[in-house]
Amino acid sequence: MALSQTEVLAGLAELVNDETGIPVETVELGKEFEADLDVDSISMITIIQNAEDKFGVKIPDDAAAGMKTVDDAVNYIVAAQG
Amino acid sequence: MTSTIVVTGIGATSPLGGTARESWEALLRGESGVRALEQDWVAEHDLPVTFAGQVKVPAVEVLDRIEAKRLDPSAQLALIAAREAWADAGEITDAPERVLVDYATGIGGLWTLLDAWDTIKEKGARRVAPMTIPMLMPNAAAAAISMNLTARGGARTCVSACASGTESIANAIDHLRSGIADVVICGGTEAVVHPLPIAAFAAMHALSKRNDEPARASRPYDVDRDGFVLGEGAAALVLETKEHALARGARIYAEIAGGSVTSDSYHITAPDPEGSGAARAVIEALKQAGVTPDQVNHINAHATSTPVGDVAEYQALERVFGDRVREIPVSATKSATGHLLGGTGALEAVFTILAVNERTAPPTLNLENQDERIPLNVVTSPLPLGDGPIVAISNSFGFGGHNSVIVVKSYDEN
Repeated sequence: MALSQTEVLAGLAELVNDETGIPVETVELGKEFEADLDVDSISMITIIQNAEDKFGVKIPDDAAAGMKTVDDAVNYIVAAQG
Repeated sequence: MTSTIVVTGIGATSPLGGTARESWEALLRGESGVRALEQDWVAEHDLPVTFAGQVKVPAVEVLDRIEAKRLDPSAQLALIAAREAWADAGEITDAPERVLVDYATGIGGLWTLLDAWDTIKEKGARRVAPMTIPMLMPNAAAAAISMNLTARGGARTCVSACASGTESIANAIDHLRSGIADVVICGGTEAVVHPLPIAAFAAMHALSKRNDEPARASRPYDVDRDGFVLGEGAAALVLETKEHALARGARIYAEIAGGSVTSDSYHITAPDPEGSGAARAVIEALKQAGVTPDQVNHINAHATSTPVGDVAEYQALERVFGDRVREIPVSATKSATGHLLGGTGALEAVFTILAVNERTAPPTLNLENQDERIPLNVVTSPLPLGDGPIVAISNSFGFGGHNSVIVVKSYDEN
């Protein structure tokens, strides 16, 4: 069953925390990964690799490159779940 | 006038303990850091050797989780040892551009490399971690230390197999004497207790196969020695000139009076049977230290517990010291730690520095029947080294014909 936006956000926040140590509660919609959360590009790649495994979706490189905000990532994953 | 180089900070994480002090005290108590491996991969790969000297305190118990995640185990251990040495050295206020890192490894980020290879085979290229290269590169430990301790005078890495750790200390002396740095953090690390190196070293018949008695397996000079024991760990030293150390009121452990590097140009793995390259390394280090062989009164030998290597080192020592080689107290501390490869010279330097500083030669374990071809005065229980000046050497030799020796002298305030 497809996960809701809230559930994807919670799961993504765990991945961000696991990779960077950033507290899960600060990973919120409306924030930019690099500017607001200080997630660097290498961490972002790892987070996306792990998101593919966790949510069972495929995130092509061009889609990943466009994920500037938490919303971008959550919405892409929600839609990609089908 | 050659500068006097002194040690003001030491750090180590080893099979005997999580710090330099804990490792040293366990060594003096005659403990062994060699134990049976409990990982599933031992049986999974049907390894011919089932024990090793693993670090007593796992790195992940010391480092921050995120910090550890971005470092190969070899760099994790290096960072732990370097931080300890840096803190031990007291306050250093020099410009970061005057602080240099020269830190060694024999192999580098082997776990990272092989984990990534498993990933590409099992999950495909898109799953290979983006941090793979910066974690597996051999300079990763030096880079981590440089970044963590804000050392901007260069972060160098020497790689010379089992001579690496000692060679980095010899390099550090040169950096200080040349004037390119005021403080050098040096040492070495290794973390390759992994099925592949165990299988590979076993394939060349280099490892002891005393699987039923791990703690008795590393037995330098004993007639029943059957190879070395793989160990892991790291050690680090903070070196500076005597003037620099005195100016900042630092505690001085000992002098590092000389350090040499020579090469055999003989065979990729076998030592020169006459020990000429190793002997030259000892002679060069003593010459640099301004001492004669007659003044040496303690030796921390390379002594890996291989049938051939221990004899070759003895022959080299005999070339240098003549008949007196039978009198000088010799400690073979790999008997307790196993062989830390690129980290071994640094750990043995720490032991030699503490032996000189505390005037006590540490024991050699498991010497029950001494090989008559090696008539050394082997220390088997802590031995007082007397009240006079102490001149000690620590030897390291590596595959490729690398030889490196340092000379450690007791520090006399006057």
